[in-house]
Amino acid sequence: MNTDTIKHVKGESLFVDDYTLPEGTLHAAVFDSTVAHGKIKRLDIDKALDFIGVRAVLTSKDIPGENQIGNIIPDETLLAGDEVHFTGEPIAIIVAETPEIARAAKNKIEIEFEELPVITDPREAYEKGSLIAPPVTFSMGDVDSVWNGCDVVLEGKVEIGGQEHLYLETQGAIAIPVEGGGIKIISSTQSPTAVQRVAARILNFPMNKIEVDVLRLGGAFGGKEDQATAWAVMAALATHKLKKPVKLVLDRQEDLRMTGKRHPYSADYKIGLTSAGKILAYEATFYQNAGAVADLSTAVLERTLFHATNSYYIPNVKATGISCRTNLPPNTAFRGFGGPQGMFVIEAAIHKAARKLNIPAYEIQKKNLIQDGDKFYYGQQVENSNAKRCFDEAVTEFNLPEMEEEIRKFNSANHYIKKGIALMPVCFGISFTSSFLNQASALVHVYTDGSVGVSTAAIEMGQGVNQKIRTVVANTFSIDISRVKMETTNTTRIANTSPTAASSGADLNGNAAIIASKNILERLKKSAAGELKVDNPDLIEIKNEKIFYNGKITRLSWEELVWKTYFNRISLSSHAYYATPGIYFERNINQGSPFAYHVYGTAIIESKVDCLRGRYEIESVNVIHDFGESIDTKVDLGQAEGGIVQGIGWLTVEELVQNDEGKLLSNSLSTYKVPDIYSIPEKMNIRFLKNSKNKYGPFNSKAIGEPPFMYGIAAYFSIVNAMNEFKNNSGMEISAPITPEKVLLNLHQQVKTEATAH
Amino acid sequence: MQEQLHFILNNEEITGEFNGSSSLLSFIRNTKKLTGTKLVCREGDCGACTVLVGELIKGNVEYRTVTSCIFPLAKVNGKHVVTVEGINNTGLTPVQSEFVNEGATQCGFCTPGFIMSLTWYLITHSDYDLSGAINALGGNICRCTGYASIIRSAENVINALNNGNTNGSINLHKLIELNVLPEYFAGIKMRLEKIKEKIHAGIVTGDQPVWVGGGTDLYVQKFESLVGSRIALTERLGRSYILEDNNAIRLSGNATFEEFKNSGVIKKYFPGLQRQLNLIASLPIRNSATIAGNIVNASPIGDLTIILLALDATLVLSEDKNKREVKLKDFYKGYKSLNKSEDEIITEIYFENNFKNQKFNFEKVSKRTYLDIASVNTAMFVEYTGGEIKRCGISAGGVAPVPLFLKNTSEFLTGKKIENEIIEEALDIAQSEISPISDVRGSEAYKRLLLNQLIKAHFIEMFHAKIDVKELI
Repeated sequence: MNTDTIKHVKGESLFVDDYTLPEGTLHAAVFDSTVAHGKIKRLDIDKALDFIGVRAVLTSKDIPGENQIGNIIPDETLLAGDEVHFTGEPIAIIVAETPEIARAAKNKIEIEFEELPVITDPREAYEKGSLIAPPVTFSMGDVDSVWNGCDVVLEGKVEIGGQEHLYLETQGAIAIPVEGGGIKIISSTQSPTAVQRVAARILNFPMNKIEVDVLRLGGAFGGKEDQATAWAVMAALATHKLKKPVKLVLDRQEDLRMTGKRHPYSADYKIGLTSAGKILAYEATFYQNAGAVADLSTAVLERTLFHATNSYYIPNVKATGISCRTNLPPNTAFRGFGGPQGMFVIEAAIHKAARKLNIPAYEIQKKNLIQDGDKFYYGQQVENSNAKRCFDEAVTEFNLPEMEEEIRKFNSANHYIKKGIALMPVCFGISFTSSFLNQASALVHVYTDGSVGVSTAAIEMGQGVNQKIRTVVANTFSIDISRVKMETTNTTRIANTSPTAASSGADLNGNAAIIASKNILERLKKSAAGELKVDNPDLIEIKNEKIFYNGKITRLSWEELVWKTYFNRISLSSHAYYATPGIYFERNINQGSPFAYHVYGTAIIESKVDCLRGRYEIESVNVIHDFGESIDTKVDLGQAEGGIVQGIGWLTVEELVQNDEGKLLSNSLSTYKVPDIYSIPEKMNIRFLKNSKNKYGPFNSKAIGEPPFMYGIAAYFSIVNAMNEFKNNSGMEISAPITPEKVLLNLHQQVKTEATAH
Repeated sequence: MQEQLHFILNNEEITGEFNGSSSLLSFIRNTKKLTGTKLVCREGDCGACTVLVGELIKGNVEYRTVTSCIFPLAKVNGKHVVTVEGINNTGLTPVQSEFVNEGATQCGFCTPGFIMSLTWYLITHSDYDLSGAINALGGNICRCTGYASIIRSAENVINALNNGNTNGSINLHKLIELNVLPEYFAGIKMRLEKIKEKIHAGIVTGDQPVWVGGGTDLYVQKFESLVGSRIALTERLGRSYILEDNNAIRLSGNATFEEFKNSGVIKKYFPGLQRQLNLIASLPIRNSATIAGNIVNASPIGDLTIILLALDATLVLSEDKNKREVKLKDFYKGYKSLNKSEDEIITEIYFENNFKNQKFNFEKVSKRTYLDIASVNTAMFVEYTGGEIKRCGISAGGVAPVPLFLKNTSEFLTGKKIENEIIEEALDIAQSEISPISDVRGSEAYKRLLLNQLIKAHFIEMFHAKIDVKELI
């Protein structure tokens, strides 16, 4: 039984905003920039300080250490000094007796800006030389020598929108002073160590004076990997100054305004194929809208390049990524981490090529699937490729020809309601592409009553990592899962944690927890052998809490064995470490073997478009997905379904709108819509690929967090295909997300010009 | 504004002086430290703060779901408020246990809201079906699960309860027996009756209080200022009604959207409207939002206002004992500028109703189909004989600074034959009457195109046999 789930349904799970606060806790609010680019000419905090109930107003001048929170590139301040670079950039922290007072006092701060030119478009940033880092190119073969030999060469442009994480729990933290001037931070973060490191840097502390504790997150999706840090550190700064506990929780509009999102991209592609649909060459240039500072953008961009060819083997590839600095909030990690944008562009290229060749896109997809013996264009050998298996099984299991026939019938019987279909194979690499992050540790305690406590670096944010780790620990000991409890993630128990991200939480931390459990298990076996006075501890086995020797049940129970082991002064605790073996990537040549393994799958998505009104709905999602040997099928199915709906949302309903001044217009839940219960596919059939093993995953499992997200790409193209049934739209611009507006304007462009003539 | 309030929160009787204009959620979380109910958007757009509010109606306790984040505390006076803590029982309720079985919760932040909405569905219906359950969950946003597991849970619960419900009569005692509700619910009715005798909730007047209907717009737009203001509740003006009277349908200003949707009168005369009314807001919002509130909010895109405009509704404005009438189409002077004095409130709305050879259609397109504000909405009313339009009213939202009655278009169509050429001409006239602007809900060009399309849709929906649909599109 998933213990977290039981607490959730009873409303008993605690999140940062639910903690009982220590006596005297103060509340902080953030004063942020109203302009997207400007010099701060004057900042007057006096009236805010005079506001009744306000205890402090902190600015960059109050930072005792270094005003620097940048992770990969040190280019981001905690509080703006002389200049601001995006609307929503934090400038000051107001600390008051209540959050209401803190927010009211914000209005008393006086500020004057000298406004500077604003860039919101990545191509414009590129032209003006406003880059986060130099462009990066990955390549294989030689595209330029191949174009002439292709039967068809197509070039095009693709626009891809961003996406708001909309984790339901907004960013927040509580900082509590501890003796000796240290600070304990309760944070809603995917990266406790990042919070610890940056808090130490800001306060000029050694890291051991900062303790970070995380119980659970109310959703994150990457949005709390790098961007949970600032708020936690602000609370710590206030605590340091006032020697009082300080709570800082953003309200929804602050969170939407101040935090970064999935990166919008603009891209150019060129694809060359044979007339039979074999792709001979592919070239792409990705203009990434990074926002005002680096955040994780360069790493995100790199994953775009890694996934630029999705599931396909293409002999000649050249992909260039350019991280463009604009005056938007720093865009950041979001489920898929750049992979979805990379895949969307090649799928757009295939879609257009299929139209040109007058064949279904799936014929091209199918012809080019990557197989064992091939090489990924960044140098990694393909092993255990399930691309073809998933694709073929999807086609047969869901009976693609029959689906197409049904759609044909429907479309000929209906004049303005049209259906369309599209396929999406996915191949997603598992491991942090920054190889050093692929490490984890776990601390397992067996208590004298036989109950078990497990600490790891994994953060539970709804993805079920705690349940998976509980399961592998219980399975390793062969005890009932109800004996195993997951502890909070705490930097004093587990140090130097990697973020829980890149779908790797269960792999890395699960493997570490297995090693720690096995260490204790070996000791228990020795102890049992001693207790039973038998020679060979290797013949001791624990099965369902019973102790066997040489296959025969013994008089010892789990609880007795644990007690005896303790009594005989044998350690019942173990701290263990795991690092993914064999991965590397050489950035001087952009070649290597960065991934432990890949996750594969194929989706078939059907949609229906009301060509009169421009409305559309997703009819069915049919997926064969490679879960490996699932540790928890319920958790994995939930991840797949949730990821797919989030992916569909990204491409079919969620639209971020900014004005030219860099101000977010879709700044509330009434203007930024995510899928609701009515907008999900009528049918979602998700099948587990059979007979898939994976030696890198705990108990042969595979990572699940991100890969299903990209199935949503088929939703986009199924809608475009349905529109084509009403009116040929081969010339349609590929611009995501699709919206009812784009559908209608594309279908009735002619009518539009007539109409506006009046 | 401090006010004497007396109500029941879960199983606890609450009485004392409270800030009635503060939110119910703030009372639940901050004052009572019940943290199961979550704050997410403070717009009523996500349902994480959903609670039940039960009140005595004709001798029974009737519950509805509300979004407590924008629900004024004063509105719970004399009522029963139920949070997730109030349904927790020994063991899990059937709703809770099916959510666990299906893994229908991931991060858990939205979960209590879903549990409350589904529980509400179970306790207010006697025969369950999945579409009803989904309608009950329509106002709850989950960012993790993709809803599939939630729908499976709902299906499991209703199947289990339908099976145990052979005589089709789920009542309170049965619900308690089935562990859907804790035992204390059996005593709520009597306790509310006792409270009712004690409370004397006055309508706050004088000193220019802010009139609040459902609060679903006001509390989104100016939460901070309202919390510090004196408010007057339109619900205390008298019991709401929707009735038929002398060839007219009369609606009290404080009738809610949900009352409108469920009204027998509306169902009788507008049978096609039910499905469209589901597109408006979400259940918890429809439970609170009032018709008068929608009209005075003067949003250029208010759904119910657009419907009433096409029906040529008349407003009854009251100030103390003084009453006057104004046509809804003459009510808007400019953007958010009303033909109404500060102290006047809309107490009644009525429209003529002589449904012989009459048709009505409402169209709405928004980015997300449900629970979203329209890019353009429009309603059309037609009285016809044979193939000729005798009387007609078309309204359109999102295309002008005010909810717009398309006067010229309506006049043009009056007396005309229902045929393609006429429709095409009407479209041109409609285009000349509107002045949409580009904003977050769409570009000007789109809104112009969309209105054309939706006017065509009116004719297709109402008169598809009389026109050449293929050619029209």
